[in-house]
Amino acid sequence: MGNIGVPPSVVVVEARPAPSATRRRRRARDARWLWALRPLSVVLVLVAWEWYGRHTNPILFTYPTAIARAGIALAMHGDLTRPTVQSMSVLGWGLGLSIVVGVALGLAMGRSRVIDGLLDVPFNALYATPLVALVPVIVLWVGFGPNAKVLVVFLFAVFAILFSTARGVREVDSQLIEVARSYLATEVGLWKDVVLPSALPYIVTGIRLAVGRALVGVIIAEFYTSIGGFGYLIVTYANTFQTAKVFVPVVILMSLGVGLTAALELLERQLAPWKRKEEQRT
Amino acid sequence: MPAKIVVERVSHAFDRHQVLESVSFAVSPHELLCVVGPSGCGKTTLLRIMAGLLVPTSGAVFIDGQEVVGPSHKTAMVFQHFGLFPWKSVRANIAYGLKNRGRREPERVDGLIRTIGLEQAAHQYPRQLSGGMQQRVGLARALAVEPEVLLMDEPFGSLDAITREQLQDELLQIWERNQDISGVFITHDIDEAMILGDRVVVLLPGPGRVSQTIEVPFPRPRAAGGVRAHPAYPELRTSLWEALRADRQVPVHG
Repeated sequence: MGNIGVPPSVVVVEARPAPSATRRRRRARDARWLWALRPLSVVLVLVAWEWYGRHTNPILFTYPTAIARAGIALAMHGDLTRPTVQSMSVLGWGLGLSIVVGVALGLAMGRSRVIDGLLDVPFNALYATPLVALVPVIVLWVGFGPNAKVLVVFLFAVFAILFSTARGVREVDSQLIEVARSYLATEVGLWKDVVLPSALPYIVTGIRLAVGRALVGVIIAEFYTSIGGFGYLIVTYANTFQTAKVFVPVVILMSLGVGLTAALELLERQLAPWKRKEEQRT
Repeated sequence: MPAKIVVERVSHAFDRHQVLESVSFAVSPHELLCVVGPSGCGKTTLLRIMAGLLVPTSGAVFIDGQEVVGPSHKTAMVFQHFGLFPWKSVRANIAYGLKNRGRREPERVDGLIRTIGLEQAAHQYPRQLSGGMQQRVGLARALAVEPEVLLMDEPFGSLDAITREQLQDELLQIWERNQDISGVFITHDIDEAMILGDRVVVLLPGPGRVSQTIEVPFPRPRAAGGVRAHPAYPELRTSLWEALRADRQVPVHG
C-alpha cells in the first residue's frame, strides 16, 4: 500500500477518467473492508479488555463478561430500577430545560445585536468556568434536593446549545434574507422559511454537544448533592470494592451517550432532508 | 404611452464611497432594458434600489408613477446566485412568492414546472440540480407571481456558455408570451445585452454613471443565433464597445 493516509476517493479522482476493472474491484473491496473497521474496533477493545481484566486483581479492575453478569444480577434484583428512574428524570428535566432556554436565548442573541451585546460576555464567562466549582454554591442556594441536580445539569448543557444556536442564526446567508425580502416575506415568514431551517443543523449540533456535558452533570450532581441515581451506585460499589458492579452504571451511561448522539443524527437527517440529498449528489 | 419604470437622478454612496452618480433612464411598457457595464460600476446597487431593497442617497425610482419605497407587489427578481432556498423543494421554491402574497395556485405552479421541464424533479432540492436548471427554477419563481416588472441581476453570469445561450433563448420566448412584463436585465456581457435588450444602457464605473443609451434594432421575435447573424450586429457591437471605453482612465474588463 504505497498511498497510506490517502483516502481511496482521492486516488480515483487523480486517476484517468475510466478506471480499469482491477482498480474498480479493488475500490469495491476497500469500501467493504473499511465498513467492517467499526465493529472490528469494538470487538478488539472487548477482547483485549477481557484478557487483561482476567489477569488483574478483581478489586482494582474488571472485565466485560463480569460486568455483564453483574448487570444482569442487579437488574434481576431490581437494584437498577430506582437509580435509573432518578438519573433519567434529572437528565430529562435538565436537558429539556436547557434545550428550551438555550434555543430561545440563542435565537434572540443571533438575531439581535443588543441582546447579544448584553449577554455574550457573561454567558461566555459562565461557559468557560469549570462548573464543578459552582456546585457547592448551587447547593447553598437550592438545597440538596432534585432541583439542585436539575440546575447543575441545566448549567452544564445550556451554553453549548445557546452559543451553537446563536452562531447558526448569525451565519444565515444574507443573500437569502434579501431574496425573502424581495419576495415580500413578513418577519414571521423570514424566521420560518429562512432563519430556522438555516440554523437547524447548528441547533442539533449544539444539542449533541450538550448531551455529553449533561451526562457529566448528572453524575457530578449525584456525587455532590444528596446522593442518588447512578452516582449513588458508583460511589457505593466503589467504596465496597465491588468493581464489576461499579462498571454497570458506567457502561449504561456510555451506551446512553452513544445512543442519544446517534438518535440526534437520525433526527437531523429527518428534519433536514436537503442535507442528505446533497451528499447523494456527489 | 407613459413609462413603466422611471429612474430619476439616482445617486448612492456607501459611507463616503460614491457608487452611483445621478443615473437616469426610463423603461417603456413591455420593454426589456439591458444595463451593461464593467464590474464595480454599481449595476447591482442600482437594481437593488429599483427593487426597493436599498434606499438611494438621493434621487428616486418610480413604477407606474409611484415612488418605490420598499419591495413592491409588482416586482419580481432573479439573482445571479439563484437565491433558491436549499431546504425547499423545486416546487416549494417556485411557489414561494405566491405563498407570501397569500395565493395558493397549484395549477399555476404545475404549469411553470412543466414549462421549465422539471416534472420529474419537482420534489428534488435545488442543490441536486445543475446551475442551468436552478436558474430556470429562479425564473419560474419570479414568473409565478405574475410580475409587471422583472428585475434580473446577471442571472446567467455564472452559467457555462452553452447553457447561457439556451436560457437566453428561453427568456426571449418568455418575453414573447408575457406581453405585460417590463424588465431590466443587468449584465457585463455586451453580446447578451444585444441579444436580449430593446435598448442598452451603458454604465461607466467610478462612480457609476450613464455613458450612453443605445437602441437595439433587431426585430422580435428573436433567437440568440439569429441576432448574432444579423448584418447590423458587428456595427452595434463596435458602438457599444466605444461607449464602454468613453472613460479611458479606467480599464474595461469583461
